Amino acid sequence: MPGPDTEFTDPVLVLSGAQYRTIVAHCYDGLPDEACGLLAGPVGADGEPTGAVTAVYPCTNADASARTYTVDSRDLIRAMRDAESRQEDLVAVFHSHTHSDAYPSDTDVRQAMEPHWLYVLVSLRHAEPVLRTYRIRDGRVAECEVVVADS
Amino acid sequence: MSVEVRLPTLLRPHAGGAASVTAEGATVGDVFHGLIDRYPGLAGNLVDDAGQLHKFVNVYRNDDDIRYLDQLDTKVADGDVISVLPAVAGG
Repeated sequence: MPGPDTEFTDPVLVLSGAQYRTIVAHCYDGLPDEACGLLAGPVGADGEPTGAVTAVYPCTNADASARTYTVDSRDLIRAMRDAESRQEDLVAVFHSHTHSDAYPSDTDVRQAMEPHWLYVLVSLRHAEPVLRTYRIRDGRVAECEVVVADS
Repeated sequence: MSVEVRLPTLLRPHAGGAASVTAEGATVGDVFHGLIDRYPGLAGNLVDDAGQLHKFVNVYRNDDDIRYLDQLDTKVADGDVISVLPAVAGG
């Protein structure tokens, strides 16, 4: 767990209990492969997510791999249009690490193409799932706080 | 055929910051070659060196992924919307 002197970057990701459980369940359902999905929410005038999440889209990992993921292109367009119908945007991608920690891998950093998004990692390596969230910009990783509201 | 091409955040600086541009062509490939002529910074982002659709880009004609249609040979009609989205991937 981050200590009291850990610096978080904006925004705070806020998930309801139900959203958190949907994300984690999808990750377990994907085993032995990595699972992935998208989150939608409001963005400010600057294009930056506020951290609120209005929809969780469990997606298909087109790679069907325990080491890599690619969000199925058809899931991607469907989720995007759904978010747009509410004047919102896709704001995050989540994916699981089946045997490593909830921290972006070198591959994750290299392939992060959305400077405005949050990158949510769910580690399944321990008995309990660990969910952490990051910004990945200019090849640098900065952690964001996550709050799971009571459901 | 005159179509609208929607560009993702990462490619907009190559098109003068535009999120959406109008373009001409009979196929998606024609449209992209015309765009690259107009905005040379897009070269290498849409089409690879072999002239194929770039591996890390998804392209949709009115929400249909062109990889399930005719790839860059997919025909376009007046008023079609071509959406370009980076692949969402990692490991």
